[in-house]
Amino acid sequence: MTGTLPTQATGELSAESLLDAYRTMRTIRMFEERVHDEFATGEIPGFVHLYAGEEASATGVCSHLDDRDAIASTHRGHGHCIAKGVDVKAMMAEIYGKRTGSCQGKGGSMHIADLSKGMLGANGIVGGGPPLICGTALAAKQQGTGGVGVAFFGDGASNQGTTLESLNLASVWNLPAIFVAENNGYAEATASTWSVASDNIADRAAGFGMPGVIVDGFDFFAVHEAAGEAITRAREGGGPTLIEVKFTRYFGHFEGDQQTYRADEVANARENLDCLKRFRERVTGGGEVTDEALDTVDSEVAALIDAAVAEAKDAPKPSQADLETDVYVSY
Amino acid sequence: MAREISYREALNETLRQEMERDQSVIVMGEDNSGGAGSPAGEQDAWGGVLGVTKGLYHQFPGRVLDTPISESAFVGAAIGAATRGQRPVAELMFIDFMGVCFDQIFNQAAKFRYMFGGKAVTPVVIRTMYGAGLRAAAQHSQSLYPLFTSIPGLKVAMPSNPYEAKGLLTQAIRDDDPVIFCEHKALYDSIGEVPEESYTIPFGEANIVREGDDVTIVALGRMVSVASEAADQLASSGVQADVLDPRTTSPLDTDTILESVENTGRLVVVDEATPRCNVATDISALVAKEAFGSLRAPIEMVTAPHTPVPFSDALEDMYIPDAQRVINAAKSVVEWER
Amino acid sequence: MTDERIQRVTMPKWGLSMKTGKITEWIVSEGDAISPGDDLAEIDTDKIAGTLESTWDGVLRRFVAEVGADAPVGGTIAVVAPAEVPDAEIDAVVEQARAELASGAVEEVAGPVPGTADVHGRSITYSSLGERPETVLLVHGYGGDGNSWLFVQEPLSAEHTVYTVDLPGHGTSTKDVGDGSLDGLADTVLGFLDVQGIERAHLVGHSLGGAIATAVAAKAPERAASLTLVAPAGFGARVNAEYLRGFASATSRRELKPHLTALFADPTQATRQLADDLMKYKRLDGVDRALDTLLGLLLDGDAQGIDAAPLLERVTAPLAVVWGREDKVLPVANAEALAGRVEVRYVDGAGHMPHMEKPNDVVAAVRDAAKGA
Repeated sequence: MTGTLPTQATGELSAESLLDAYRTMRTIRMFEERVHDEFATGEIPGFVHLYAGEEASATGVCSHLDDRDAIASTHRGHGHCIAKGVDVKAMMAEIYGKRTGSCQGKGGSMHIADLSKGMLGANGIVGGGPPLICGTALAAKQQGTGGVGVAFFGDGASNQGTTLESLNLASVWNLPAIFVAENNGYAEATASTWSVASDNIADRAAGFGMPGVIVDGFDFFAVHEAAGEAITRAREGGGPTLIEVKFTRYFGHFEGDQQTYRADEVANARENLDCLKRFRERVTGGGEVTDEALDTVDSEVAALIDAAVAEAKDAPKPSQADLETDVYVSY
Repeated sequence: MAREISYREALNETLRQEMERDQSVIVMGEDNSGGAGSPAGEQDAWGGVLGVTKGLYHQFPGRVLDTPISESAFVGAAIGAATRGQRPVAELMFIDFMGVCFDQIFNQAAKFRYMFGGKAVTPVVIRTMYGAGLRAAAQHSQSLYPLFTSIPGLKVAMPSNPYEAKGLLTQAIRDDDPVIFCEHKALYDSIGEVPEESYTIPFGEANIVREGDDVTIVALGRMVSVASEAADQLASSGVQADVLDPRTTSPLDTDTILESVENTGRLVVVDEATPRCNVATDISALVAKEAFGSLRAPIEMVTAPHTPVPFSDALEDMYIPDAQRVINAAKSVVEWER
Repeated sequence: MTDERIQRVTMPKWGLSMKTGKITEWIVSEGDAISPGDDLAEIDTDKIAGTLESTWDGVLRRFVAEVGADAPVGGTIAVVAPAEVPDAEIDAVVEQARAELASGAVEEVAGPVPGTADVHGRSITYSSLGERPETVLLVHGYGGDGNSWLFVQEPLSAEHTVYTVDLPGHGTSTKDVGDGSLDGLADTVLGFLDVQGIERAHLVGHSLGGAIATAVAAKAPERAASLTLVAPAGFGARVNAEYLRGFASATSRRELKPHLTALFADPTQATRQLADDLMKYKRLDGVDRALDTLLGLLLDGDAQGIDAAPLLERVTAPLAVVWGREDKVLPVANAEALAGRVEVRYVDGAGHMPHMEKPNDVVAAVRDAAKGA
C-alpha cells in the first residue's frame, strides 16, 4: 500500500462523474459512521459489519456497471449496495428491521438486496457470492446482453472452496466475471498474512488461468482503472479477472469488536490514506472539481442520512401478517 | 396414446420439450454431454452419467453445459443464473453430493425470496439421483430428500414412474421457486404410459394410486411401486389398501392423506429414508395430531434402518423396504387390537 | 369338428390400452336364454368398468371365466349355443377355451387402429375399427375424446367401419381450436372426412359433438348418410352452466370429481379413475385455453350458446335422437325442441352419457338411422 497520491491524471472522468463517485463514497462513509453511532444506542437489532474505509473499492468498481450487470456482496455489504444504487433510505429502514426496508425487515444488514438493480444481496455466508456470480455472468453471456458479474469477497472468503471453485469455473466457461478480493487485513480476528498461504490473493489468479491484479484500495482512481480494464475485457469476451484490493477497515469486524487483535493501524489510515481525503485533494488540486462543490455534496449527503435515520426510526415494523409470506412464489 | 417409454426417456423428452419451448431453459452438470475438451473423443459421449441428457447437446448449442467436478460452483451458478432470467436445470449427479454444495442450495436459493422481502424469483431445478439398490454403497445410495423437505423455500418432487417424471419435471422447470427433483436410480429403466404432448402435474397434489377402505399406505418415490405390489397381495387376502403417492414432499398434500386416514383409520408410511426425522415421521406426526380421533391402530412406518447404506447385496437387500415388510405392517395395523 | 352353432363369448376390447379384463359379476346364469342387448356381465379393466352387452342369440350354456379372474382380450369367457347342442360338445369347447386361457394362447384381438391426420395443417387423431363399406363417424362432446365411444365402437364395427375422432382441443389432437366456432369445428370434421377419403358417413354426435354433427350434415348434406344425436347441444336453452364452468376451471382431481357426478345417472360412475384420466387430459399444454374458448361457444350467460335448430332444418338425412332421462348437463326437457321432427328415444337409467351407461340403446339408434338411409 502506498500513501502517496497517484501521479496519473484523472483520466476521462468528467466533473460530473467525479462528483458522482465522490457522492457515492461520501454516502457510504456517512451511512456507516451513522450506523456505528446509532448501533451504540442499542436501537439497531442484531449485528452489523461496517464498510468504512473501503469505499473506493465498491465505488471504483460499480461506477463501471449498469443494469445489465449484477454484483454479489458480503456480510460487509452496505457499501456495495449503495454503490450499485440501492435506495439508501430503504437500506437504513432494513437495518432497523422495518416494514419499509429493502427487504421488508426480513433480511437485515447482512441480506440487503435489490435484484432490480442487479444487487444479489449482501451475504451472510463467507464465500457465498462467487458461485452466484458465475451464474449471473453465464446468464448475461447466454442472453448476449454484454453484462458482467462482479463478486466482491473478503480475504477470508479467498480461502473458501466456493471461491476457488468459482474462479476455476469462470475460467473454464470463459465467463464475463470479475472477482474482487477486498483484503482488509483481517478475516474476523485473523490476519490475512497468516490465513492466506500465498503472498497475495491475486497470485492465485495464475492457478486459474486468469489475470490477477493488485490495487491500492484507498485509491479510487487505481481501483477505477483496474476495474475498467477487467470489465471491458469481460464485456468483450476476454473472460474473468481477479482483482485484489488492499486496504484497512476503519471499524471492527462487527460493531462491538474490541479489536485487540490489531494495533491501531486505523488512525494512520484515516489520517494518511483515507480514500475520501485523497480523492478531494486529487480532484481539487487538478482543478476538475471545486471544494465548494464537494462541500455541497457533503451537506446533501448528511441531510439524506439524517432523513434516512429519522424515517427508519418512525417506520412501522413488520406485522404478524408478514411472518409467513414470501417464502415461495406459490406453494 | 398408450405410448410407453422409460423414466429416463420421459425425463429426456421433458428437457427437450422445455428447451424447445423456452430459450431460457439451460442444462448443466458433470458430463451432461460428456467428452468436453477431449482432443479425440466424441462430444455428448455420455449425456449424463445415466444418459438422461443424451442428445440435447447437439440439438441445443450452447445450452447444455459440462462442468468441472465442482458442485458448489455450478450449482451456485445455476442459482445465480436463475436470478437473472434463465431457467437452469442443474444435475447433482448423486444426492449424496449435496454435502459439497449444500450452502448454495439451502442458504442461498432457498432463502432469497424471504430474505429479500419477496422480490427474488429463483426458478432453478436441481435434478438429483437418490436411493439404494444398485450396490453403490454408502456415499452413492442415500435417500436424503427429508433434509431438503425440511427447508422452507425449497420444493421437493419425487416422481414414482415415467408419467409422473414428465409431468413433475415440466412443472419443476416452469415453477418459479427452487425445486429439488429427486430421481430414484432404480427407476430409470421402468416403463410406463407417457403422453407425447407436454403436461404439468401440480405440486402438492397426491396421486391416489389405488383405492381401499382398510388401510392407508403412503409411499414415496420408488416405494410407490413397492407399496402397490404389497397392496395387490393384501387384496388377495381381503385387505383393501388406499395407496397414496404424495408426489411432492414439499408442498405436501396433507388433505388427501388425512381424508384417507379418516376413512381407513389405519396408516402405514413407506419411506426409503433412514428412520429419524424422515418424511414418514413427518406424515405420522401430522396424522397423529390432525386425525387422532380416526386412528384405530398405531401408525406403522416402514423405513430403512438407522445405518449407512451397506454395499454387500446380502445386506442392501435387507436394508431396502420391500413388499413383504409393507404387507406385514399393513396386516399388523389391520389386525391390531387393544 | 366343432358344431357351428356353438358361439364363444369373448372378452371385449374397450379402448386401445385394454389388455385384460376381470369379470366382477355374471348378470345372467348358466342356462339362461340370451339375445342381443341383454346385459351379460360386469367387467372391470385397469381403466374402466363396464357392462358387457350381448351380441349373441341362444342359451348361455357355460361360463368359462370365473368371477374375479383376469382374462385376456379375445379370450373366451362363456359359451353360447342353442339348447339342442349336446353337453358333450359344449364341454369340449369349454375345455379347449380353458386350456387357451391357462396357456395364454389367445389370439390377439384387433382393437381400434389409431391414426393421425393432417387436417388444414392441424393434427387430428382418430381411431378406426372394422372394415365394411359403410362408415360411421363418432364425434364426442366437450372435454371428451374418441375413447368415450369405447362401448359403442366395437358393436357397431360388426356392420360398419367405425371411426372416432378427437376434436381440436381434445384427446391427442391439436390443442388449437382456432376461433372455437361451431362452423370451424364442423369444417375440421369435414376436412377429416376429406383427408380420409370418406365421401359419406353415418354421423353420430354426443353433446357438443351432436351440434357439430348437425352442422356438418347441414353444410354438406351429401356427406351425411344418417345423423344420430346423443344428448345433443344446441337444442333448447337449458344447460348446466355450473357443470361446464366447473369442469373447465378445475385444476385438481379434488376440484373436478364433484362436477363429474353430473354426467351420470349413477353417480358412482364418476370414479376416481375417470377423474384422474380427465385431469391427465386437462393438464396437457393448451387444453385450458381450448376448453375456455369452447366454453364461449357453449354458453351464452347461463343458457346454451348454440342454436342448432335452424341447422337441423337443412338436414335431409335420416335422423335419430337419444337422450338419457336423467341428464343433468343438458336436461332431457331440451328434447322438446325436437318434437315434431323426430321421435326422441328416451333412455331410462342414463344421464348425460347414454353411450357409456346404456350403449346398446345408442347402438340401436345408430343402426336404425343407418337403415333408414
